[in-house]
Amino acid sequence: MSTLARKKGVGAVIWDYLTTVDHKKIAILYLIAGGIFFLLGGLEAMIIRIQLAVPNNDFISAGFYNEVLTMHGTTMIFLAAMPLVFAMMNAVVPIQIGARDVAFPFLNSLGFWLFFFGGVFLNLSWFLGGAPDAGWTSYASLSLASPTHGIDFYVLGLQISGLGTLIGGINFLVTIINMRAPGMTYMRMPMFTWATFVTSALILFAFPPLTVGLIFMMMDRLFGGNFFDPALGGNTIIWEHLFWIFGHPEVYILVLPAFGIFSEIFATFSRKRLFGYSSMVFATVLIGFLGFMVWAHHMFTVGLGPIANAIFAVATMAIAVPTGIKIFNWLFTMWGGSIRFTTPMMYAVAFIPSFVIGGVTGVMNATAAADYQYHDSYFVVAHFHYVIVGGVVFALLAGAHYWWPKMFGKMLDEKLGKVTFWLFFIGFHLTFFIQHFLGLMGMPRRVFTFLPGQGFETGNMISTVGAFFMAAGTIVLLANVVITTVKGKRVGNDPWEDGRTLEWAVSSPAPEYNFAQTPLVRGLDAYWIEKMEGKKGLTPAEPLGDIHMPNPSILPFVISLGLFVAAFGFLFHQDHAWGTPVGIVGLLITLGAMFFRSIIDDHGFHIHKEEVMEAEKKGAGA
Amino acid sequence: MKKWLRNWRLVSLVSAMALLLAGCGKPFLSTLQPAGEVADMQYKLMLLSTAIMVIVIAVVTIIFLYVVTRFRRRKGEENKIPKQVEGSHTLEIIWTVIPIILLIILAVPTVLYTFKLADVKPMNKKERDVVVVNVRANLYWWEFEYPDYGIITSQDLVVPTGERVYFNLKASDVKHSFWVPAVGGKMDTNTDNTNQFFLTFDDKRAEEAGRLFYGKCAELCGPSHALMDFKVKALPRAEFDQWVEKMKNAKPVASTDPVVKQGEEIFNKSCIGCHAVTPVDGRPEQARLAPNLAGFADRSRIAGILEHNEENLKAWLKDPEKIKPGNKMTGTYPALSDEELEALTKYLMTLSVQ
Amino acid sequence: MHVEEKLTAETFPAEPEKATLEGKNKFLGFWFFLGGETVLFASLFATYLALKDSVAGGPSAKELFQMPIVFLATMLLLTSSLTSVYAMHHMRNFDFKKMQLWLGITVLLGAGFLALEIYEFTEYVHEGFKFSTSAFSSAFYTLVGTHGGHVAFGLLWIITLMVRNAKRGLNLYNAPKFYVASLYWHFIDVVWVFIFTVVYLMGMVG
Repeated sequence: MSTLARKKGVGAVIWDYLTTVDHKKIAILYLIAGGIFFLLGGLEAMIIRIQLAVPNNDFISAGFYNEVLTMHGTTMIFLAAMPLVFAMMNAVVPIQIGARDVAFPFLNSLGFWLFFFGGVFLNLSWFLGGAPDAGWTSYASLSLASPTHGIDFYVLGLQISGLGTLIGGINFLVTIINMRAPGMTYMRMPMFTWATFVTSALILFAFPPLTVGLIFMMMDRLFGGNFFDPALGGNTIIWEHLFWIFGHPEVYILVLPAFGIFSEIFATFSRKRLFGYSSMVFATVLIGFLGFMVWAHHMFTVGLGPIANAIFAVATMAIAVPTGIKIFNWLFTMWGGSIRFTTPMMYAVAFIPSFVIGGVTGVMNATAAADYQYHDSYFVVAHFHYVIVGGVVFALLAGAHYWWPKMFGKMLDEKLGKVTFWLFFIGFHLTFFIQHFLGLMGMPRRVFTFLPGQGFETGNMISTVGAFFMAAGTIVLLANVVITTVKGKRVGNDPWEDGRTLEWAVSSPAPEYNFAQTPLVRGLDAYWIEKMEGKKGLTPAEPLGDIHMPNPSILPFVISLGLFVAAFGFLFHQDHAWGTPVGIVGLLITLGAMFFRSIIDDHGFHIHKEEVMEAEKKGAGA
Repeated sequence: MKKWLRNWRLVSLVSAMALLLAGCGKPFLSTLQPAGEVADMQYKLMLLSTAIMVIVIAVVTIIFLYVVTRFRRRKGEENKIPKQVEGSHTLEIIWTVIPIILLIILAVPTVLYTFKLADVKPMNKKERDVVVVNVRANLYWWEFEYPDYGIITSQDLVVPTGERVYFNLKASDVKHSFWVPAVGGKMDTNTDNTNQFFLTFDDKRAEEAGRLFYGKCAELCGPSHALMDFKVKALPRAEFDQWVEKMKNAKPVASTDPVVKQGEEIFNKSCIGCHAVTPVDGRPEQARLAPNLAGFADRSRIAGILEHNEENLKAWLKDPEKIKPGNKMTGTYPALSDEELEALTKYLMTLSVQ
Repeated sequence: MHVEEKLTAETFPAEPEKATLEGKNKFLGFWFFLGGETVLFASLFATYLALKDSVAGGPSAKELFQMPIVFLATMLLLTSSLTSVYAMHHMRNFDFKKMQLWLGITVLLGAGFLALEIYEFTEYVHEGFKFSTSAFSSAFYTLVGTHGGHVAFGLLWIITLMVRNAKRGLNLYNAPKFYVASLYWHFIDVVWVFIFTVVYLMGMVG
């Protein structure tokens, strides 16, 4: 937090965060909210693993297990991984491209609050009759049969938070196209920025099919629609298609930023520029493109026929090529470098073998004929945890350690960081490696228990032990955050000393306006270039002057709150008379806030030159 | 699996894989101990892909270990600035082309097998001479109808060995998935349409696995998804034919035992609305609300999961909810006294076609 | 150029919607938004095509559609797209009054379209073709209704802009707003062309 915030009271700080449109503060909001949901999802994971530790366990009931398993998946993907990715993107991308903010600061805030209210809404289901219980994929026949309101919470909650994600995606696309500093050509953009760019494009095209699928399910469950009711001509396979047309790109939406984070870390701590930068860019774009061509590999056993299965099998295999290119480029970035094993670098290094395992089992899953065996077994569970944990979660942990000083001005403790790493790394492999074999030995996924005598006992026990290691790692991380916040020392611009990109050229945390003078970018790794020429700062592209800033606004909060209220109303409209009126009131709140946004001119304000100079002097002294 | 395995390294790797994996799991359940043509194909594909993937992992690991040991920053190198290499076209071409070749090696058999496994023409011929089973998945139980013989059974599927057995698959409530891991991959039972596929049960390996394979529901379908097991009895053709004949001609045997008689009365009062006790059941499937109990006494499990004995049967009849949460039987019949339980159990245990 | 600059017809830029950074962002961002909307409607269309024959005993497209009304509605909406082009033409010429006039006509035409659509829907419901009748009816009302919802939102949006800026005229702050609103209107129009073809014409053919 800035020195300015510390002088303010608690109420003022909260108000500041409720109304902020500053991408750096929004990043912190995403980090906190995503972090809390991550802990929640982790808790759910622990419940799952405890239940499955021994055969015929009755730690929790079958019905409750299905709720926990559904919420674990949904929370981790939509409410933990996505926002944490957005936290990194918000914290870093605008600074990396030499911009003062994102293209739409107001929408940035709106995106966050929509996600937040959607997530809270979804989790309120725990207290209001039961959580969704049809798996995160919520396949239509089962989700329509589900008797509680859980699925309705799923549908409406995801609809709201999905809207926020879509807005965020558009925002970053425009930011990266329009807001780059002079000289920051596309082929000079840092890899993380490139990943953000491609990911945002994927969000733009992948989320609408989910929106449509959720609309259909909402109609079917709440308003008498028949999209998925075979008795009236509906077809449940439509849901599967729509879900996976979204769901597969979603994997790349998460993993491409992870690749971007690792690309930055490999280069920084090898003290070398990224090997094969242009082929890395090419591979990222290609992965994004192919990501839309392969959704039906999640549906090999649905009965689409051998032609569709064969085509999607081969298309899926093709993705291995650009991914392989990336792996080798990272290895050769380290080759000949001067590698320093900081905590972020430990994650990056550990990521390579972990992710390669997840990648090759992905290719195995792509072989349609054999996938009839893997599908919906623990083999698949193992595979996607290797990709999502070994890829995305490692990256988020690495990124959090790497950019923590840039976000908060203090370094996380390296010793504790490494303890977290080892606990998490060992626990991760212990938990998930054995699950490949459990699946091959005939254990279906999403089972609340298993019977003795089928050979599943040992594997499940090992897996549960591993989960406890990961939990311990997470607790150490939390302790690290607390200790750092209380005791940590302030750091300068470039605390890792090997920073290459623009974010390391500004103070930690960056001032409100990011750059006193917009920098002139003279090549890839703009800050490294300046450092190698012995300069302390960046080459400015403009004289020092007044800086235009957007006004804070409470409207994004209100717009999101309106939808939150509306969702409650419509969810209960069949049970209670107040349902529909409350729904309409909620929509009116949203539309009203949008109306105010439209009619109130918002020209922003200026930070005057003198104030900038003052702040820069202070920042340099800190 | 012929020409693409000429490469000796692959062959040796494949056999090493096979050795390593064969010890895994139970012969009646594990995909790693295939017991039929379909599972064999899939197992071969598994081995081939695993072998290729192990090569990839090995290459990456070697480079990886070399890099992280050789290029770590040592004392005295704090100020060393390595050469800033842009990239290498030669290397990039190598690691683009080699994976493509590896993938082609994998893609060819994948496509081939995918088409082979989808060949269900013999079951759709007008004059068919193959065994066809209509599988209908229901909330936590399976119905197996043999349309050509006009008989129905449930929970324990009976099939002949040594030939392709064809299946029509569908679900009557929510989506399930039909999976006999040791014999072949799964296929979904949808609510919208009927899927078709075949499995082959190898006689010798069925013998080794005790002639009883485990089947699973592989698609989340509700609280008791984990307990929606079934069993497959794989019999030599002659024995299978005998079984079919017995089923066709099965008639309820009038018992003289008064306890059994009492049980029958209870059954006819409370159970027969859903459960049939003869394998020939002409009612439409919508009316067949519960497992057909013809041959119940010959089955391998109570409710698909519990050991087949009177004690477990009583426990099930007493409170099915406790055993399979969310099942459709709970609450559809009046509570039974211990005496009634005993009678009903005795009666059910007489339902045999052997 | 700066947002708050006072402009005359002479100093007004040729492309006022892209003259400021804010305008450029809005312009590009809105195009991306329309890209997302395209995927949204594509999903709706695909579903509609999959379900259009699933009438489940209810009325089919052929029995139902009232082409005269639909044709009239189509004409209204197509014309409104043209009038919004006129409005944008006048905006670029810094002729605020004429822009408002043509936008007003656009709104009237759009409202006419919406009224006809509501009339059409109520007719269908009277004929026993409710939202819950069949998979076809659900798909039809959802696809066409989503479009109708877009029209309604577009009308509210354009009216708000017209009223808000009635007294102060054009500037570089509101020019991009008018521009993207008209872009949105064109998009709605294009979607309707597809609905008219895929839903109504193909429905008539059977």
